[in-house]
Amino acid sequence: MLRPLHPVAPGTRTVLGIAFFVFFVAFWAWITLGGHVNRIFLADPLSMLKDGWRLLTEDRFWLDILITIWRVFGGFALASIVAVPIGIAMGAWKPVEAFLEPFVSFARYLPASAFIPLLILWAGIGELEKLLVIFVGSVFQIILIVAVKVGGTRRDLVEAAYTLGATDNGIVKRVIMPANAPEIAETLRLVLGWAWTYVIVAELIGSSSGIGYMIINSQSRLATGQIIFGIIVIGLIGLLSDFAFKALNRWLYPWSLA
Amino acid sequence: MSKLLIEGVSRTFAGVGGGQPVRALQPVDLAVAANDFITILGPSGCGKSTLLRIVAGLEAPSTGRVLLDGKAVTRPGPDRGMVFQSYTLFPWLTVAENIGFGLREQGMPERERTEIVASYVDLVGLKGFENHWPKQLSGGMQQRTAIARALANDPEILLLDEPFGALDNQTRGLMQELLLGIWERRKKTVLFVTHDIEEAIFMASRVIVMSARPGRIKSDVPVDLPHPRHYTLKTSPEFSQLKAQLTEDIRIEAVRTAQTQSA
Repeated sequence: MLRPLHPVAPGTRTVLGIAFFVFFVAFWAWITLGGHVNRIFLADPLSMLKDGWRLLTEDRFWLDILITIWRVFGGFALASIVAVPIGIAMGAWKPVEAFLEPFVSFARYLPASAFIPLLILWAGIGELEKLLVIFVGSVFQIILIVAVKVGGTRRDLVEAAYTLGATDNGIVKRVIMPANAPEIAETLRLVLGWAWTYVIVAELIGSSSGIGYMIINSQSRLATGQIIFGIIVIGLIGLLSDFAFKALNRWLYPWSLA
Repeated sequence: MSKLLIEGVSRTFAGVGGGQPVRALQPVDLAVAANDFITILGPSGCGKSTLLRIVAGLEAPSTGRVLLDGKAVTRPGPDRGMVFQSYTLFPWLTVAENIGFGLREQGMPERERTEIVASYVDLVGLKGFENHWPKQLSGGMQQRTAIARALANDPEILLLDEPFGALDNQTRGLMQELLLGIWERRKKTVLFVTHDIEEAIFMASRVIVMSARPGRIKSDVPVDLPHPRHYTLKTSPEFSQLKAQLTEDIRIEAVRTAQTQSA
């Protein structure tokens, strides 16, 4: 019986989670190996694995993976270093928020991919351009979310700190910042996931390396097995970095755990 | 000279959405002697918390002024320690770090701080919990930490805004004895806001009864019950008589509040 909001046992949860993967791959195998779709458009799971193995062993695909990872984390780190302090300033000091919030809200809707032609004009097709695409895509998002979180700092904690003799400066440094640190870290984890989509777009245009480049390259040769392998690799790396980020947050902020 | 002087303090809130301004507090005058334990008793919404927040400097009065040791209060400061009804421990600090927060904000070096913090941990009976996070503590323990945190600054006056309001009855009784015990030993000027009549009498050397909103001081009742007070006092005839008197006072105000709300 399915009862609304009724929790599921941990073991059952794991089994169900894995079951969908099995179901998904089985369906894929059935439509491809069973001849229900044209091989040219969709490779089957086995040839995908074969293509993947060849990419890694013969085509030095791991170099592409490394360069993509570097771009994601480089651009993301750059965006975080700029955005987190601005977001905290906006959340803490309302005049700063009034000054920047309208522009940031507007800039947030500018699609990072539409900047690629412009960024290529400015920065060429080198690494800097790739980092900038991710930077443009992430920075406004981080600023805005951090500003909202910081603006929602519990007022009673701020008041308590004032009655204990904290100065305005002390409130920002020793109440607002630590109070929001776990949420800011959580925001960064979320935006890092989006950065993975920007990097592939950046690599599809004017690039000669990276996972995205391999994918666009495979398209011209109708190597759908390679494309799918590339997509799965991105998914796996995303999942791994997400786990690592979560573990880091748990270790850094044990007090925030329920 | 009085420790704390409240002179003609009133508070009016601006009307919401162009409505009439709301008067929360009529002009209040109150003189508090040093080392007095004053409880402010009133029905909910009578402005007693507003009055306390004005003394703390968290809100500005619309008229009048508050003087502590002859100096006008303009903003919150460590000379007026405050304990809130909601749990306001800093969740990212341990019990010991929470208690030492005020001392640290005032730049006291860690070595001196450790000693003072340890003495207050002891005072509120939290030995062994120094390194716990607030979320690992029960409500009563959190409020004990909050009291220790406010006292560690050695404030001129301690302000408490229904500090035990969220606790269950048994814990509340124990907390009253704990706080009263500290006051009996250490002496401190205390302003304690509550809507619980029994609590108001048990703790106080003087009960200030407030009227329904807009609040004003309705009566000022000295409580001459002997110290140290034991919980059995709550069942003594003298206590019951005071309780009956105050219950009558408060009931009239509560009825008045209910009527203005339904009108």
